[in-house]
Amino acid sequence: MAGKLLFKGREKDPPHLVSDSHQFVFSADIISTVEFNYSGELLATGDKGGRVVIFQHEQESKNRPHLRGEYNVYSTFQSHEPEFDYLKSLEIEEKINKIRWLPQQNAAHFLLSTNDKTIKLWKISERDKRAEGYNLKDEDGRLRDPFRITSLRVPVLMPMDLMVEASPRRIFANAHTYHINSISVNSDHETYLSADDLRINLWHLEITDRSFNIVDIKPANMEELTEVITAAECHPHQCNVFVYSSSKGTIRLCDMRAAALCDRHSKFFEEPEDPSSRSFFSEIISSISDVKFSHSGRYMMTRDYLSVKVWDLNMENRPVETYQVHEYLRSKLCSLYENDCIFDKFECCWNGSDSAIMTGSYNNFFRMFDRNTRRDITLEASRESSKPRATLKPRKVSTGGKRKKDEISVDSLDFNKKILHTAWHPKDNVIAVAATNNLYIFQDKIN
Amino acid sequence: LRGGEVSKMAGADGDDSLYPIAVLIDELRNEDVQLRLNSIKKLSTIALALGVERTRTELLPFLTDTIYDEDEVLLALAEQLGNFTMLVGGPEYVHCLLPPLESLATVEETVVRDKAVESLRKISQEHSPVDLEVHFEPLVKRLASGDWFTSRTSACGLFSVCYPRVSSTVKAEIRQHFRTLCSDDTPMVRRAAASKLGEFAKVLELEYVKSDIISLFTALASDEQDSVRLLAVEACVSIATLLPQEDLETLVMPTLRQAAEDKSWRVRYMVADKFSELQKAVGPEITKNDLVPAFQNLLKDCEAEVRAAAANKVKEFCENLPEDNREQIIMTHILPCVKELVSDTNQHVKSALASVIMGLSTILGKDNTIEHLLPLFLAQLKDECPEVRLNIISNLDCVNEVIGIRQLSQSLLPAIVELAEDAKWRVRLAIIEYMPLLAGQLGVEFFDEKLNTLCMAWLIDHVYAIREAATCNLMKLVEKFGAEWAQNTIVPKVLGMANDPNYLHRMTTLFCINALSKACGQEITTKQMLPVVLKMSNDQVANVRFNVAKSLQKIGPILDSNALQTEVKPVLEKLASDTDMDVKYFAQEAISGKSFPITEYPPESRQHFYKIFIDVQDQLVNV
Repeated sequence: MAGKLLFKGREKDPPHLVSDSHQFVFSADIISTVEFNYSGELLATGDKGGRVVIFQHEQESKNRPHLRGEYNVYSTFQSHEPEFDYLKSLEIEEKINKIRWLPQQNAAHFLLSTNDKTIKLWKISERDKRAEGYNLKDEDGRLRDPFRITSLRVPVLMPMDLMVEASPRRIFANAHTYHINSISVNSDHETYLSADDLRINLWHLEITDRSFNIVDIKPANMEELTEVITAAECHPHQCNVFVYSSSKGTIRLCDMRAAALCDRHSKFFEEPEDPSSRSFFSEIISSISDVKFSHSGRYMMTRDYLSVKVWDLNMENRPVETYQVHEYLRSKLCSLYENDCIFDKFECCWNGSDSAIMTGSYNNFFRMFDRNTRRDITLEASRESSKPRATLKPRKVSTGGKRKKDEISVDSLDFNKKILHTAWHPKDNVIAVAATNNLYIFQDKIN
Repeated sequence: LRGGEVSKMAGADGDDSLYPIAVLIDELRNEDVQLRLNSIKKLSTIALALGVERTRTELLPFLTDTIYDEDEVLLALAEQLGNFTMLVGGPEYVHCLLPPLESLATVEETVVRDKAVESLRKISQEHSPVDLEVHFEPLVKRLASGDWFTSRTSACGLFSVCYPRVSSTVKAEIRQHFRTLCSDDTPMVRRAAASKLGEFAKVLELEYVKSDIISLFTALASDEQDSVRLLAVEACVSIATLLPQEDLETLVMPTLRQAAEDKSWRVRYMVADKFSELQKAVGPEITKNDLVPAFQNLLKDCEAEVRAAAANKVKEFCENLPEDNREQIIMTHILPCVKELVSDTNQHVKSALASVIMGLSTILGKDNTIEHLLPLFLAQLKDECPEVRLNIISNLDCVNEVIGIRQLSQSLLPAIVELAEDAKWRVRLAIIEYMPLLAGQLGVEFFDEKLNTLCMAWLIDHVYAIREAATCNLMKLVEKFGAEWAQNTIVPKVLGMANDPNYLHRMTTLFCINALSKACGQEITTKQMLPVVLKMSNDQVANVRFNVAKSLQKIGPILDSNALQTEVKPVLEKLASDTDMDVKYFAQEAISGKSFPITEYPPESRQHFYKIFIDVQDQLVNV
């Protein structure tokens, strides 16, 4: 199925999606998170410049039946501004680390966006009426003589062009000493958690002046620090369960029913290390960069540097499935360490039915794995290779000594082009792939 | 109502009378939120001027679509509309208010939605039974079957107001709608339904309470979401009060027992938190058999939050036990648990217990208190956590009544002294606030002997907040013990500080005089305090001098006019030509008699900021 994806051209670029063919990329334009809402109708991206751009799925058009309708820019707003913490003499970047949509509650849409320190709740709403008619001025804005008012006019609402407004509703600040890496809305729809390097806090969506610290792994002496929290997520159905992953490659599952503080986990997922493959880099590459529950809530997926693992929540001692993302890099770890790429945090995502998973790689490649057939595919997100309506060609990286035709040698991979953030439509086969400052949207071909 | 005539008269009267209303209407859409809010709050004025007809046909349709505004504006609007019946033409037309309130009942902001529901409930009473079925009930149904959960949550609050006043067929429909919402897909709606379950049960006929409500209650109490289950505990109280005693055991108790042992600590916390209400609702017999063991378990719960909530209820629970064997139950079942809590590992639990434990003494009487409770009080007075000690000290009055304070004073004094010298200034601040209360309970003799020195020592604390609280404390003590006592014990010490080498202490004298002069009266102020203040006008530190000016302004009203003219005025005039600009400024302020806010400082006030800087430093060091 993956081969049938095709590039969706966009009529107009949103302001911050500058073409990478110019080579020169403003760092503020680099996309830092991608997220579909619950219906898949909206897609939000956040970037290093603190902006959020929301795309809306247009209705299918009759004259182009082969297309499912495009995603066009719906709203753009500045979510976070750079700040300076005067007490600690620290700059706080405006980069959007995560976006999470809230389940829709009325005609408006709500999302949480966070940078390193501050989480904000945004409302995105439409307005299509405008009030008209004043008492003290004419239609053209000229003031009337206040002494000549003989009757009162009540304003009337007239239709106008659709306007989309984004307004900040709440600001959840001052609860994180370290950098926030995850936010996740609970299935009770009234709380959410936020995780930084050492702590996880639980918030009520309507209360901004306090949060509850539920996990704290900060050692009394910071010199004894051996592990940090890398990601955290709430269970999709069980309101009391959440997981968090660590830099040691382990995942802890906690039950909020048992105690107010969840420092003690109820389940601990860890795969015993294979002693034969142990190396200097073992610990770094086993660090988990992302953890995601399946939609069913039965499984969770973790991404480490070289692989994606699927865990059954009922089996703690090893994953049920392991997929190699770019095993050919194992021999390159030394140079990847030198250019810091080894610390890249790749994310991963499930498709709507949990039958396939997707994650990114280098050279603008991304990988998809079909869990049923165990087949996998490498695809490339780039302007050159994916014209609108063209079918994506599978890519291959040569691993042996001899390079076949159509294969790319490991040495010619571009490590500056990395796909860290991807998202899969909750129902359809539509995916969004962020490649540096470009957002690609691919969809299943409809024959 | 004569709205229409008012508007006609206004028109005939002359144009200018319409002007204020025209401004109000235009400002409904001003860019400034405050002006919009102001207009909304005067909506009745606008409606009155427009008359009932135009209010119905023009103003309300406009307001119906005004849902894009800021929350505070919408909140004000929702509140206004609840009082609008007469302005739209009386009960006959009250249904015109439903559309704007309906749209407000679907906004995402809970406070606005709740206010809209409150107003809808209010105006529902003004509907005739016919209108209720023709207009109001369909609105409730629309909300209940709305696409968005915001409207469905709002519907939950409206069933109980229309149910008693509609026909039996409509009643059946309402019950059906409520049932549907209790099993809604989204937890928010189930929470809203659970929180209104008790209220709805109250208006239902007893047979339906038994047939409908109990099954809904049981279902919500075993919901998969903790947040729903815990709300069922609240409903439990109302339902239990509605049912005859003989049905409680079979219909309510299984659910309550289950909640008290729920896997989620939040649910158990809720049970602990509502324990007194539950106890009253189920009556003495079930309390004895079921609630006593349940309460024991909550006091021993593995989660500290639950233990703290239960500890908070110890006194109330004991008070409400059936009198015939209250003492026996407390002594054999409750007290052992309480004893364990005194040495709990969690300080919140201990401090929750400390805030109520003294209340047990009145229930158990003198002998039991001395034998069993006193050791606990004394242990808590020595607790490592200052909050525990503070809570004991702040509740001394109950023990005082039963055994007299003397029994305690032996341990009390060291505890107070220790708190008074705690390294954390917030702790010191807290104990200062209890001083007037303690002084009242311990009496003037004990106070003079043991505590007076402490109170004076706080005046020279290195944290400004403590010095400030100490001056305020002195004022309260003088109010309690009288001017004569002040003259003998406090005033000489305060005035003595005027010669202190530290200028901060000299200023404290001035602050104390500001606070004490009124309570001490004219005599002491003129004869003893004024000379000292006047003498300090020659102080070498400018901060002291301008505080002299401020003090003179403050005590001026208490002095007689002779002293003001002959003594105060010359000094102020001298200060008004001081070399320091701040001294000049405050002296002039005092002369002109203007009152000015303390936070407003003259520009470029170097000296003054120096003072603030020092105090801020003080506090930062001690945070």
